[in-house]
Amino acid sequence: MARYIPPVQSKLGQIIDVIVLVVLSVGALFVPLWLGLAGSAKLPVPVENPTWESLGQNEVMVAQWNKLGFADAASAHDIITARYDYSFSWMALAVMVIVIIGYFVMMIRLSDKEYREVIAEKFGEK
Amino acid sequence: MAHSEDVDHTSHGQSMGLLRVLGPAHVWALGVGIVLVGEYMGWNFAVGKGGAYAALIACWFAGVLYSCVAMIDSEVTSTVAAAGGQYTQAKHIIGPLMAFNVGLYLVFAYTMLEAGNAITLGFLVDTVAGMTGHEGGLDQRPFIVLAIMFLAWLNYRGVLATLTFNLVITAIAFSAIIVMFLATSPLLGAGEMLHKDLMSGQASLPYGWLGILAAMHFGLWYYLGIEGTTQAAEEVRSPARSLPFGTLAGIMTLLIAATLTWYVCSGLLPWEYLGDGVNGAVAPLFSAAQISGSNALVWLLGIGTLFATLASANGCINDASRAWFSMGRDHYLPAWFGAVHPVYRTPYRAIIFLVPIALIFALGAPLDQVITFSILSGLLGYTFMPINMIMFRKKWPLDTIKRGYEHPLHPLPAISLMALCSVTYFAVFLGYGTQLIAMIGFYIVVSLWFHFWRYRFVKRADQFTMPWPRPRGY
Repeated sequence: MARYIPPVQSKLGQIIDVIVLVVLSVGALFVPLWLGLAGSAKLPVPVENPTWESLGQNEVMVAQWNKLGFADAASAHDIITARYDYSFSWMALAVMVIVIIGYFVMMIRLSDKEYREVIAEKFGEK
Repeated sequence: MAHSEDVDHTSHGQSMGLLRVLGPAHVWALGVGIVLVGEYMGWNFAVGKGGAYAALIACWFAGVLYSCVAMIDSEVTSTVAAAGGQYTQAKHIIGPLMAFNVGLYLVFAYTMLEAGNAITLGFLVDTVAGMTGHEGGLDQRPFIVLAIMFLAWLNYRGVLATLTFNLVITAIAFSAIIVMFLATSPLLGAGEMLHKDLMSGQASLPYGWLGILAAMHFGLWYYLGIEGTTQAAEEVRSPARSLPFGTLAGIMTLLIAATLTWYVCSGLLPWEYLGDGVNGAVAPLFSAAQISGSNALVWLLGIGTLFATLASANGCINDASRAWFSMGRDHYLPAWFGAVHPVYRTPYRAIIFLVPIALIFALGAPLDQVITFSILSGLLGYTFMPINMIMFRKKWPLDTIKRGYEHPLHPLPAISLMALCSVTYFAVFLGYGTQLIAMIGFYIVVSLWFHFWRYRFVKRADQFTMPWPRPRGY
């Protein structure tokens, strides 16, 4: 197999490549945050006039809350009642499965195509 | 340009290698040093996702997952003694695009972990300032910036000093967990553990069995980063012996530390407080020490938390820069990053370049999002490992390459690892699905960018540097 000679990349091209990668990676985290779509849907479930009992706390738990600086139930209300919402649609789950499997299948297939070129050039054609 | 690249390669040491100065203890320190902070912060989000019992079950299942990771990694890396770790493995076993992705998994997992460490360090300084009488709270940002820049400087100056520093502070942080356990458990201490009362009623499994699955998401945080030991492959004196030894000793250390941490924290803190790593227990061992009634434990665990965050951030800078450097050396990224410092023999340009990236995330994103970003990159890397292992054994059976270590019961660890990864994807999906899709979307876009654009600048045969025979089937 003929040896592949890669083109020489200009300095500007190298800088642009790095900028593209940085913008994409920063965007992957911050865009969902900016759009308010990031997870952690953990929200307090309000309880009217909360008491330690109504928040489901026994004596030992109350003693520990007090040691942590929460003198009454109202001050600990938001932390105690915050819950994740685990309801989900099967469609969303199916989309996630397809995206993950599709990603790995795409990567392995494209990698294999590139890998065969590497092996052919390194060890010669069979 | 060709001329300037040549100049870079020769005058800045592209032709010279990294220094081989590390022993098994340094490998242990690198792995445990990166991960031990997972016991000091972050793991407790698993309590928030499923309750304390769920976090314990997640701790053990994640322990099984990482034991598979350590075994698989030890076998492959005992034959691939080059910087870049799993990146270099992927390049030789699966192909360039997979390697590019694995390199990015490593860089982002470690850089996000580094950012998480810096956020925790800022919180700790603020808390200590409050405890010593400062009112109104501190601006945490200067401490975050200074910590990252100091550790980057240490990494810039040399790997031996960096990892010796890690060895010392990691040992102190690990000892602090042992002391905390002995001081608060009925074994030697006052026996003030309150598991029975703190985990009764609705507190036992607040989300039911679904919570156990969901807790696997942050269960990974107990151990995330142990696979980073392989990044030192090119700087270890005897890779075939030191890497498996250091990695397997590391995972055993972490299994002990994770279980003790869970025991101490869930026995002292209400699960709602423990599980809230933003408004509640940002540093749970430190919080547990605060209500133990012992000032000595407060200071010890404060120092332990500080050292664990520094050791982790230090190891993360070391590993992320090696992965970035390796990709630059292979022209997967601009070759400018593939330079070795002419005096210190470190990948100095990669180290410097990643500093502002870490700062962007440390200063601009909440802790749970940063941790999730890191976990997702790690999880994608663990999904790659069983595929990598099966292909490795298929392309080079045991009789074709001498391994420094052969992991037992193949393919059982690989299959177990894949199954546990699938469960963890579902766990992340519960509560953080958008983040997961955004992350995969990012990797799909950069994969296409690499395959159709960047790969044209990469020499083909030069990527295969191991003295291995031709792979079977090719």
